[in-house]
Amino acid sequence: MNLLIDVLSGLCLLAGSFLCLTGAIGLVRLPDMFCRLHAASLNETLGTPLILLGLILQVGLTLTSAKLALIVLFVLATNPTATHAMSRAALHSGERPIVDPEAQEKSSSKS
Amino acid sequence: MIDTLTGLFNYWVAVILMMTGLYVVVAQNNLVKKLVGLGLFQASIFIFYISIGKVAGGAPPIIEPGVELYSNPLPHVLILTAIVVGVATTAVGLSLVVRISESYGSVEENDINQADRLAELETGDDQA
Amino acid sequence: MLLSLLLAVAIAALRLRDLFAVVMLFGIYSLLTALFFMDLDAVDVAFTEAAVGAGVSTILLLAALRLVGRYEKPHRHNPLLPLVVVCATGAALIYGLSDAPRFGDANAPAQTHVAPRYLSEGPAETGLPNVVTAVLASYRGFDTLGETVVVFTAGLAVLLLLGMSSPSPIPDFGSEDDQRMQRHAAKGLIPFILLYALYVQFHGDFGAGGGFQAGVIFAAGLVLYDLVLGHLHTRQVIQDGLLIRLGALGVLIYGCVGLYSLLSGQPYLDYSALAKDPVHGQHLGILLVELGVGLTVFSIITLIYYAFSARRVKA
Repeated sequence: MNLLIDVLSGLCLLAGSFLCLTGAIGLVRLPDMFCRLHAASLNETLGTPLILLGLILQVGLTLTSAKLALIVLFVLATNPTATHAMSRAALHSGERPIVDPEAQEKSSSKS
Repeated sequence: MIDTLTGLFNYWVAVILMMTGLYVVVAQNNLVKKLVGLGLFQASIFIFYISIGKVAGGAPPIIEPGVELYSNPLPHVLILTAIVVGVATTAVGLSLVVRISESYGSVEENDINQADRLAELETGDDQA
Repeated sequence: MLLSLLLAVAIAALRLRDLFAVVMLFGIYSLLTALFFMDLDAVDVAFTEAAVGAGVSTILLLAALRLVGRYEKPHRHNPLLPLVVVCATGAALIYGLSDAPRFGDANAPAQTHVAPRYLSEGPAETGLPNVVTAVLASYRGFDTLGETVVVFTAGLAVLLLLGMSSPSPIPDFGSEDDQRMQRHAAKGLIPFILLYALYVQFHGDFGAGGGFQAGVIFAAGLVLYDLVLGHLHTRQVIQDGLLIRLGALGVLIYGCVGLYSLLSGQPYLDYSALAKDPVHGQHLGILLVELGVGLTVFSIITLIYYAFSARRVKA
């Protein structure tokens, strides 16, 4: 039973870390602000609760795991809101997503 | 030699960060950036102090049954005070910058010094 | 590892010209510093640094950027002299640190002077497991009183410099209909943020927390309200006149606790005069004092943010 919980928590931690890492790589490598925001935010919104779930499995059912569960709820509530706010702010300040890459290359690119 | 390196590494990095912050304060022209540099300087000093207080193998200084060795609580207290005072001085500095920007029209140190020199020349001409 | 990240962030903040990015990097720097403090067992300090450095400082810098201008003008100046000065100072400091006690040494002079007494006698004398709160509020109560007065003075200074203009009657961003999603999310989160601030205030005796962190988190909840729903509404929720009175009240509570001890024949800020049993007296004194600190910090930080937020951008 203990071994099963350990393996499960290890899998959750690994999956969460992998997602956060690929989100960070996407943040650097993708061409457009909206693509980057999409990569970073989506990956983190799943990755962070997975990491916290792995930690909850490690700790067991105590006060600490209740606090960690509250943090998961908080992250799930605030991360999409922050992404929404950031993309609205970008639209407001004039950024537009790249829709046609060839037309973008022909005209002068903003970034 | 390795012992010195691992023992003093934290302090050296804190000193390098301190010098980066100091360089931003001294060499950059923009007043807001100077304040950010001051913040970097302050944070590196906090790192230095907390590194002094760490005891190898110790626990956070919250007394729990069964734990024998704790880290030193005194630097924590001093740095708590320092952090809050730091944000208070940053706030006052920023309000000064806002007033300077409204009065001189710019927050670049070059422009402000030039405007001051011009004003001095004018009043000097009036008085002479 | 964390330290090399800090160095990278500091050098990037040095080189960039876009001040918005510089302020964001400063926020990241504060967050990395908070993580570093967690690594060094300084939980209270990490909490405060994350709340104050990555939260309030960044917000105040952004509010000032809105009034001042986002881009730094390119300048041509000779960086040689500052670089020489900075390198010489750094070299002198590193040379001076060459016989500093090694990192983590349990026999360093810092660890052997007064800290063992705080750790062994603190919980017995004050009744609190959190030694940092006990030292902050009881053993070093004078420093904390000075700090509270400094925060209050900073609020006064910002009021003198910026004043408090009345909120603009023009409806600002918050009442637009397409801000619906942020409004709903904020309305759902703000009660929990304020509740968490109260939890941190009263739980500071047993875990990481205390008056400063609680005041900052409470102010952060109000700042969120201001950002999403507009300054007009926030000023109707808590008026600035109330805030300055709350700030003064916090300092007054702290001072009066000490005065009560003085009038009872004990030294100033000796909490054992507050109750028949010295330990209960200490507990009561620390509770009152942390309340005063939390009240002052919350009201002054909110007041400073109001002053920046109400200032109209001069064209």
